[in-house]
Amino acid sequence: MELKSSYPENNIVIALAGNPNSGKTSMFNQLTGARQHVGNWPGVTVERKEGTLKYKDNLVNVVDLPGTYSLGAYSEDEVVAKDFLLYHSPDVTVNIVDTTNLQRNLYLTLQLLEMGANTVLALNMYDQVEKRQQKIDIDKLSSILGIPVVKTSASKGEGVTQLVSTAVNIAGRDKKPLEINYGNELEEEIKSISEIVVMNNELKVKYNIRWLALKILEQDEHILEDVEHRLSARQLEEIKKCIQRIESKTGEESDTIIADMRYGFINELIEKTVKKSKSVEEKVSFSDKIDGIVTNRYLGIPIFLLAMWSVFKITFALGDPMIGWVEEFFAFLGTLASNLLLAVNASDFLVSLIVDGIIGGVGSVLVFIPNIFLLFLCISILEDSGYLARAAYVMDRLMSSFGLHGKSFIPLLIGFGCNVPGVMATRTLENKSDRMITILVNSFMSCSARLPVYVVFAGVFFPGNEGNVIFSLYVLGILVAIVMAKLFKSFLFKGAVSPFVLELPQYRMPSLKGTIIHMWERGRLFIKKAGTLIFSVVVLIWLLSSLPLGVEYASQHSFIGKIGSFLSPLFAPLGLGNWQSTAALIFGILAKEVVVGTLGVVYSVGESGLSTAIAQNFTALSAYSLMVLTLLYTPCVATLGAIKRETNSWKWTIFSAIYTFVIAWIIAFIIYQLGSLLY
Amino acid sequence: MNGSQVPLAFVTPGKNAVIKDIIGGYKLRKRLTDMGFVKSVNLKLLKNDNGPIIVMLGESKVALGFGMAQKIMVEELN
Repeated sequence: MELKSSYPENNIVIALAGNPNSGKTSMFNQLTGARQHVGNWPGVTVERKEGTLKYKDNLVNVVDLPGTYSLGAYSEDEVVAKDFLLYHSPDVTVNIVDTTNLQRNLYLTLQLLEMGANTVLALNMYDQVEKRQQKIDIDKLSSILGIPVVKTSASKGEGVTQLVSTAVNIAGRDKKPLEINYGNELEEEIKSISEIVVMNNELKVKYNIRWLALKILEQDEHILEDVEHRLSARQLEEIKKCIQRIESKTGEESDTIIADMRYGFINELIEKTVKKSKSVEEKVSFSDKIDGIVTNRYLGIPIFLLAMWSVFKITFALGDPMIGWVEEFFAFLGTLASNLLLAVNASDFLVSLIVDGIIGGVGSVLVFIPNIFLLFLCISILEDSGYLARAAYVMDRLMSSFGLHGKSFIPLLIGFGCNVPGVMATRTLENKSDRMITILVNSFMSCSARLPVYVVFAGVFFPGNEGNVIFSLYVLGILVAIVMAKLFKSFLFKGAVSPFVLELPQYRMPSLKGTIIHMWERGRLFIKKAGTLIFSVVVLIWLLSSLPLGVEYASQHSFIGKIGSFLSPLFAPLGLGNWQSTAALIFGILAKEVVVGTLGVVYSVGESGLSTAIAQNFTALSAYSLMVLTLLYTPCVATLGAIKRETNSWKWTIFSAIYTFVIAWIIAFIIYQLGSLLY
Repeated sequence: MNGSQVPLAFVTPGKNAVIKDIIGGYKLRKRLTDMGFVKSVNLKLLKNDNGPIIVMLGESKVALGFGMAQKIMVEELN
């Protein structure tokens, strides 16, 4: 196992744990401000958010664990949270709970305490509890649980300093695990199982024995796996008997009894410490009123469509003028660089590499930044306000008839910005086959990188009708995704649609800071892609166009021309038999936006003369065919990379690359051939 | 007493109910338990129109697939 050594030795490591919607993310933002970064958990692709803070002389690393309701083996998130607490043993665990919803939130707290995590309890959203004139006996709560308890309100920044000082003070303290009395019948079996597992030295070192016995009784898959290969068949048989004894004595499954006992403990705890006021409902009823409308059987879908329409309207209406600024900036940068290079007598070769290749190429990708960030900004606002959960609810009925899950709609929506974060967002789906289907159809969502291809071609061949033509492509993508999802569900991932459970959080005013951080987390993936992958692709295209030495730049005799000519028969039935469009499509797999850039290069006209060159070499029909191909064929390399990481399978990655190509080819073929007959 | 148990999916909106039993496999049980759906807990049905139902459980609002709602056995309260 890899460990704490990844942090500087004297630093204090704080882990943040809590339920989804407990305000954990706001707290993380309050604690670390801008000093945060996102990476991946070693071995898995669940995102790992970390930040640092300084308290007096202490440097503190804050690790934001995935939001979970429990620490088990149910989803990857839970496994990650549990593993970090178990094997990295942070110095302190700060458990953020939604105080207005104490009963359910404390369920995770109990599991942390039973595990022996050195915990501080943050009673978050305490301001709302006070508003309801509820009273909580903090001292009593603290003494029963045996941990410090702090009142906080992360959204307002209240109690944050006290939380940090409390956490730093108890950092590194050895905490004895909380022991709940599970009643005679269970305790007896906990004892018998403990006696069996304690005989194994490795288990004895690795785990707290009572906790291990409990996890075995709970039938936690991961723990069982770990235990199974360390114990003998006879010992395992003994353990099985213990579980059967409980079940035959009580007539209930052992995991149910444990959960009931835990909730029993929590109820007692709440009875002792919380004084309820009588009038509670006000805040809730406001939320209910909105819900009555947005989840209404008849109004739900129109409202949802209106929301989506507004999102796209904002993205493009506000984004397009900004695109102009970015273009101007790169044009300026190009002129500046070429003047500078000429001043120092750089060779034409170098000037061309830097100005045409690097600045032109990377610039042509970064122009989408305004669109992508605006789209992610809108999605973040919808998500942080609480509406997105309702949208998933509204969509569930529709999506489940296509074999998708209500929650699948969020990754698909994100896919309109960029398929990479779209594929990554499928992590919120617990069921493996839902997740696979959503990943496999994500690339049919027309990401913003395809847009410049549409804009150029629709502008030339469908003047006055650009909007409708582009819209038709978005719709085509959605239709193909629906049909494919249905086919996958029927043939590859059979079985019932998995259960839908989703908490509908209270509506909240999203905070500016939180929303921007949220937007940045998704958008940075795109910038990273532009900075690394596209940069190399651009240089590669430039090289292939310039070599072999002495050849005319990007002519049919350059490498790029030879590759294009060799493969062009494949695209001829789609009306795209010239070597230039073949070359553009090949490089488009590296990044879709490159299709336009490559055409600029191979017609050696640059961005400005591209329209004329296209008008001479394409027809309206072959232009549409090219747009359809760009939309549907093999996802870009960055997306394929994300698919590989998320599915952890080359087989599915290759499958994804090939089946999309076949689908795209067939559809473009039908459109082109039918179109040729009609006109 | 047992005679009055019905699946949550059949409770009319606006009614309160108390959970009596959860029938279903380990995963479903665990998922529900983690979110606070356990025996003898009170909940209120907010919405039930053939899609996922919406219930108020303590202070949180949860949408539940119709299939899941059929596996939670409850007793209606007045």
